[in-house]
Amino acid sequence: MPWSTVELMSNLMNWTWFHKLGSPKWFYEISGRWLPWLIAAAALLMVSGLVWGLVFAPPERYQGDSYRIIYIHVPAAFLAQACYLTMALAGAVGLIWKMKIADVALQQAAPVGAWLCFIALVTGAIWGKPTWGTYWVWDARLTSMLILLFLYFGVIALGQAISNRDSAAKACAVLSLVGAVNIPIIQKSVEWWSTLHQPATFKITGKASMSAEMWLPLLLSVLGFYCLFIVLVLMRMRLEVLKRESRSAWAKAEVGKLVGARP
Amino acid sequence: MNAVRKKRLYIILALVAGVAIAVGLALSALQENINLFYTPTQIANGEAPQDARIRAGGMVTEGSVKRSADSLEVEFLVTDFANSVPIRYRGILPDLFREGQGIVALGKLNADGVLIADQVLAKHDENYMPPEVTKALKESGKLKPDAKEGGA
Repeated sequence: MPWSTVELMSNLMNWTWFHKLGSPKWFYEISGRWLPWLIAAAALLMVSGLVWGLVFAPPERYQGDSYRIIYIHVPAAFLAQACYLTMALAGAVGLIWKMKIADVALQQAAPVGAWLCFIALVTGAIWGKPTWGTYWVWDARLTSMLILLFLYFGVIALGQAISNRDSAAKACAVLSLVGAVNIPIIQKSVEWWSTLHQPATFKITGKASMSAEMWLPLLLSVLGFYCLFIVLVLMRMRLEVLKRESRSAWAKAEVGKLVGARP
Repeated sequence: MNAVRKKRLYIILALVAGVAIAVGLALSALQENINLFYTPTQIANGEAPQDARIRAGGMVTEGSVKRSADSLEVEFLVTDFANSVPIRYRGILPDLFREGQGIVALGKLNADGVLIADQVLAKHDENYMPPEVTKALKESGKLKPDAKEGGA
């Protein structure tokens, strides 16, 4: 085994990489290096996926063109749930290792997730009117998704309401962890109960319930939304890290650079 | 992981497991109320309350739709392939309403077991297909003409 691999393995095993992540300066540097690539990937995937899906994909046999909202609805709903799981994970890391960056991630992801959840609900309602004949029904899927939106509001409100940073972090982490119980309920609601909402069309595993020329743009769009989500959260986190570290020399230098760069 | 962190991890796992169990119990207790609609079998077994507004859901039976000649009144059967419920509705049906399509009707059961609906919602399935594919499938005989329209 080459020496570098051994070193990497031992690094991974004694968790140094993990503890390094907790250093705000290290996070700021590494995320700055990733961002341009992530932005490029997000732009490329989203533009290709959405243009393909909204313009070139064939119309659906019964719904005609109205089904095309799926290219926004499904990725937004996916990410709204993935975001909450990320927050729960960050909450656990924050509580167990007392890592400050986990709290930054949790609180900065919450508004992004809330917007995604809101987009999923609104696009679903717009699609529901012509397809089902109603904007809203209180079925298990729709209701559990609305609860997710309220959980996001709860996390955001808790973070804002508690002025002590450590208490706020703890409260948000606990709410994120407890609320994560809702995610499998959203996922399984269409199987456990009879709902108006149909079961999943877009599946990572198993046979897709849609033809390839409709599924591929959806896949691109979902991946694009993932990249966009990571970009948005990283950008918000970087700003928050600078704010929190504003007394340290490296943050002052970084802010100076950013302000100086402006004409 | 040191002992303190391990302890915190266990506390968190216990917290999440406790909440999950509590929510699971609550949901299983509410099982009946969470379902958006009764299936025709549940209605046939008398699980659906009389004289209360209920929702009935299932597939519109092929060839069962009877439209009135001089009004918007329409009558059809909804089935889950074991039992079926007759539904009477006056009004404009959603665009996706067709024989073989899944629907949910909201209304009251009358004494004859007919659901007098005041709202009919179309339930779309998870299958999305472009029209050419449906046509090709029908021509190749993989999809029976009309029988499978609307999917399962």
